[in-house]
This record gives sequence, C-alpha cells and structure tokens, in this order.
Amino acid sequence: MRKMLLAALSRVLQGPAAAAAARPVSRVVVASRNYADFASEATFDIKKCDLHRLEEGPPVTAVLTREEGLHYYRTMQTIRRMELKSDQLYKQKIIRGFCHLYDGQEACCVGLEAAINPTDHVITAYRAHGYAYTRGTAVREILAELTGRKGGCAKGKGGSMHMYAHHFYGGNGIVGAQVPLGAGIALACKYFGKDEICLTLYGDGAANQGQIFETYNMAALWKLPCIFICENNRYGMGTSVERAAASTDYYKRGDYIPGIRVDGMDILCVREATKFAAEHCRSGKGPMLMELQTYRYHGHSMSDPGISYRTREEIQEVRSKSDPITLLKDRMVNNSLSSVEELKEIDVEVRKEIEEAAQFATTDPEPPLEELGNHIYKNEPPFEVRGPSQWIKYKSVG
Amino acid sequence: MAAAAGALRRLVRCGPQQVGSGRLPPPASRSPGSVLTLVPVSPQGLGRRLRLQLRSGIHGSAPAAVQVTVRDALNQALDEELERDERVFLLGEEVAQYDGAYKMGFTGIAVGAAMAGLRPICEFMTFNFSMQAIDQVINSAGKTLYMSAGMVPVPVVFRGPNGASAGVGAQHSQCFAAWYGHCPGLKVVSPWSSEDAKGLLKASVRDDNPVVMLENELMYGVPFEMAEEAQSKDFLVPIGKAKIERQGTHVTLVSHSRSVGHCLEAAAVLVKEGVECEVINLRTIRPMDVESIEASVVKTNHLITVEGGWPQFGVGAEICARIMEGPAFNYLDAPAVRLTGADVPMPYAKILEENCLPQVKDIIFAVKKVLNI
Repeated sequence: MRKMLLAALSRVLQGPAAAAAARPVSRVVVASRNYADFASEATFDIKKCDLHRLEEGPPVTAVLTREEGLHYYRTMQTIRRMELKSDQLYKQKIIRGFCHLYDGQEACCVGLEAAINPTDHVITAYRAHGYAYTRGTAVREILAELTGRKGGCAKGKGGSMHMYAHHFYGGNGIVGAQVPLGAGIALACKYFGKDEICLTLYGDGAANQGQIFETYNMAALWKLPCIFICENNRYGMGTSVERAAASTDYYKRGDYIPGIRVDGMDILCVREATKFAAEHCRSGKGPMLMELQTYRYHGHSMSDPGISYRTREEIQEVRSKSDPITLLKDRMVNNSLSSVEELKEIDVEVRKEIEEAAQFATTDPEPPLEELGNHIYKNEPPFEVRGPSQWIKYKSVG
Repeated sequence: MAAAAGALRRLVRCGPQQVGSGRLPPPASRSPGSVLTLVPVSPQGLGRRLRLQLRSGIHGSAPAAVQVTVRDALNQALDEELERDERVFLLGEEVAQYDGAYKMGFTGIAVGAAMAGLRPICEFMTFNFSMQAIDQVINSAGKTLYMSAGMVPVPVVFRGPNGASAGVGAQHSQCFAAWYGHCPGLKVVSPWSSEDAKGLLKASVRDDNPVVMLENELMYGVPFEMAEEAQSKDFLVPIGKAKIERQGTHVTLVSHSRSVGHCLEAAAVLVKEGVECEVINLRTIRPMDVESIEASVVKTNHLITVEGGWPQFGVGAEICARIMEGPAFNYLDAPAVRLTGADVPMPYAKILEENCLPQVKDIIFAVKKVLNI
C-alpha cells in the first residue's frame, strides 16, 4: 500500500521537464531491484542554475531511481575511499611525486559521466583519478599506477597525472594545456559526424590562461561540440579565486559562449546541467560553458597541507553541510530509496575493494627495466634507445 | 550533425594551392558552418600566402624528369595526401580557411584532433611562432605515447619555414632543429630539395608519430629536377635515412636544409683543386642516421658539419659527439669541425646577416684547414 502511494506521489511530483526529456538515465525504472519498503524512484528539487546568454536552463527537478542512486553512491564512495587510500600510501612514501586528490569533488565526475555516453570524450587536468575511474579504469590499476607498478593503467610509465582510458585523454600536467586539446577532440567529433561530444575540464586557476581564451574563440567560431567545464573549487593551489581573478563568474568568462553555473556538490544538479549542455552541443549549436562550484578537502596536492590559505573551520563546514556523498545518502534514505543499513553494506564492500586494490598496488612488481625504452614511437620497427651512457642501450618497441 | 561534419571537412581539407583556383565555391554560396577569418596579416605572411596560392605545380606523372620548385613539391604532397586519406586535414596560421593567429590554441587543437583519430597537418607561419606553442608540441604531442604506455598515439605533422630568411630580424630567424631534435617522442625532418620536400612531407603525414618538418623559406622558390619516380603519388622519402648527394673521398661534409646547397657549391669549387668532397644531406634530424656519417668518415677520414643554427648544443655538436663514441673516431685524421650560424641574435642589415650564416667561402676555408692545404 505504502509502495503504491509512494509511486503515485512520485508520478504526481514528476514535473513536465523530466517526462518530456527522453534522456536514457532518467527513464522511469518500474521493475527494479526493490527490497520490501523501498521506492523505485523519487523526484527532487535541485538548485536553479545561473545562466549566461541563455533564455532557459536545465530543469529544477530531477528524478532519481533507486538503481541510479545506489550506483552513484557506490561510485562516489569508491572514489572517496580510493583517494583517502592514496593519501595514506603517499604518507607511507609508497606513492611518490605528484598526487592531486579529488575527495570532495566526487559529484562532479560521477554526475558528468551519468549524463554522457561512454562513446563521448573526456579530458581533464591533473586532478584526474576520479575521471580515470568513471571512464572505466579499475581501482587496482589506478592505485598500481600511483605506486609505479607494471600493473598500473599506464604500466607505471605515467604516474598520477597521466592516466588514460578509452575516450579519456588524461590526466595532463601542464595547467590549461588540456583545453585546446579538448577542443581538438571536439573537432574530431564534429569531423567524424557520429554525434559525439567532448567534455573539456579545467580549474579556477587555469581559467585565467590565455590559451583557454584562444580555444573559446575557435570553438565558438567553428561551433565545436565541446562543453568547457570549470571545476571551481575556490582555490588555485593556494590562491583563492578572489585574489586570482578579476571576474570570478567563471561561467560568464566564455563571453559569447553561453554558460551555466552549477552546484557541483549536488550530483543531480551536475547531471541535469550536463544533459542540458550535451543536448546543446549535439544539436550543432556550438560549445557551452559550465562552472561547477565544488570543493576539495585536501590541499592542492599532497605537498600542500591546505590550511595555510583557508581555515579548518571552512573545510569542516563544507564537510558537514555540503558533502556530496552525505547529500545523496540523506536524499535516498529520507525518500525511501535506500536505508542506512543498505548503504553501510555498500561502504563495507567498497572498503574491501579498495583494500584489495591497495594490496595489489603494493605487491605488484615495478615495470621491468627492459621496458624503459618502449613506446617512443608507434608502428615503428624496433630500434635502440640510448641510456645514461653510450654503453647502455634499451630496446624500443611501439 | 552529419551535415555539419560534411561542411567542416570541406573547410579544412582544401589545400592552400586550391584557394583561388576554382575548387571552392565563392564566398556568397558558402555553407552556414563556414568561416572567413579576418586576421591582420603581416606583409611577409601575405606575400607568402599569395605565393603559395599561385598554382604552377604539375599534377600526375610526366614521362621524364621535370623541374619543380620546393613550394610546388610541397603542394603536390599536400594535395595527394589529402586525397588519399580522409582523416588528413590542414590547420594553422593563415592556411586554407581554418586559420588565424592563435598559436597555442590551434596547435593544441591539432594535437587533440590527432589524439582522437584525425591526422592534422598543422602549419606555423614560421617556426619562431611555434616557440609560443612549444608546450603543446613537446609535452602534449611528443610525450603522450610514452606516458600512456602506447595507448594514445599522436599522428600530427607540424610544418613551416625554419631558420633564417632574408632581413626578417632576430625574432623571426631562429633555427629550431636542435630544440626539437633534443626531444624523444618527436621525429624531426629537414628537407633540402623538392624531392626531399615532397617525399618527407608524404612520409610524415603517413607516419603515426608527431613529426616536426623544418622547411626553409628561401628554398620555396628554388626549382629542382624531380625524377620520374619522385612524381608518383606513392613516392616517399624514408624518415631516418640520410642521402649522399655527392660522392667523395677526401672529406665528409654533413649538412641539412639550405646549407646542403652551399656544401655542393663549395664542392664544385674545390674539385678544381683536386679535392673531392662527399656531401651528405641529413634529411632527418631525429632519428639521425649516424651510420651513414660514420661510413663516410671511415672512407674520407675528415668531417665537417654545416648548419644554420647556433653553435652551442646544436646539430653539429651532436654529430661530433656521436662520431667520437663510435668506430669512425679511429679513422679521423683531424678533429671534426663545425660550421654554424654566428653566436648572436640575427641582425637585420644585409652585410651583417650574410656574415652570420656559413657561406660557401667559409666551407672552402674549413675544408682546406681540415685537410691542411
């Protein structure tokens, strides 16, 4: 009886927007894995996005099915725990060099992925572990890449900032360089005519770079199917946005490119906004700009404690009021999409998965020295690569 | 989006020689997706663009050798490769209709397009402008295959004039052979003749790796004889192989680009004094064909390198170091010698500029020094 009432209520609450849009992810799942007291879906109010050069924006309600909710929860929790494990391994000096962690921003990468197809393309900067995961790389391969082992997703050759997957082009170390690359990928999308788009991400720090404005210009001129996405986590390294930018309205910085400002801590907001932007690009109208307002709990990288330019109170406040995983959990529990117990079960499973992955990442051997010279050229007959002296040579195969 | 894709392809796949030759519809009937960029053009660039647009090339094969300028050879290569593979397209500064002076932007766009499966030919008005975009060439194009352990190849060609021109001043005269030649992951080629230009450009486009092709503005208008086989649509010059332009027994002159011509001129003068120079045209800077140089030095026992770039840490320095490390060292009867650009930014006045590059007289002087005659 209660189930019927809930189902009827959710249908009533379902706005015209959600019903009208034929988006695969928001399709009403009638027959799902329902436990005794759970609803199959619920509708939520989401924050209205600020708009730039747009008459209409994304919908202000979103339907979340139980299945989707569980999937998003698990994915975000996996990324959270993976990043925390990386923190631990870094402090144990098992991970070296650069390590830019994504915890706090999970709603962004998971929300984006929920709105696009696996055949679409994504490129981002160095805070890339979450994207490597949502784009299909296994946790163990991500962690093993961080620990520099041969089982890493780039065989230990790339490290934290250089992870790649199908239609995921990293993982780029030079601030802002990935933005023109992303427009180039979008150009290829348009050229091949297969209705694919490219999500090109950058941070609030990179947003002031010249090459990004060059790219805006060309993307708009040539109507490239590119969504420029600024993950504004309020700090570019140690510089707050107020100290870095003459205009902190990053969603307006594309000038002639329409933009939306999105609550990046709410996965449904991110998803709906991305669907909206993707539709715009796929219809041939040209690029769009999305600013995701988000937050990182860690410092810029593992070398940055992250408390010299912001207060612990600020970090704590975001954690208690805006944590993306907690937000989703509360929504699901309060609307009978799941229970505290069920989500705890997922937590336990995730922890186990991360532990196993960490075990692999710390026991897998380092790449063999013989592979040092590989992957210099593609489709080239094997040749020799010089080592530190003229007597040390490595074989190179593509 | 399929209709837009067609319009996009038509836009980017017209070669420079086709602009103004009737192959494209006039501006009025252009499809909605097309663009005409209005960008201030430097006088030098405008002149060059007009020169590129003049169609004087010859299509198809002729029964015998013909005279072809380097410019026409390049245009032939572009024509043929655009036709051969749909994924090949052009972009860059003032080229085709996909143009504009946004160096870091369009260089990155070329690299991104290559990562996603296209085969762009990215033109720099001169390689001096590539210095602004060099991060995209080296960090995005050159290193990505390695960093991704083979997952992400970058089949892009960067081409354009390199080195000194005539009176263009210091900021427009730098040679980048050593800069790009330094970096693993890139291939770097440097044509001299029309055959080199056509064969290397075609080979570069077909290569699955990022290739930097260093042309020379002063060579664009120079005609060379092109053999029948070089006129074929599948004529390729292999990357990584030097060419012996002139056989000799007394001294080895190794060079690339315009300096090859100077070496041949010097050889023609020296032969009257009984000195037979062997002239090697490197053709490829990276990977360098050291074996050909070694074989020659074993034969002649004397080595002189000639280049337009600055002396320190340059192509000649690399050749000398490599010769020392290999079997040819024991065959040297005298230390190897380098001729290079003068160690100053390029001045403007003609007399100064002339004396900042190795001239024929400098090569002759060096040969006599090395041979002690």
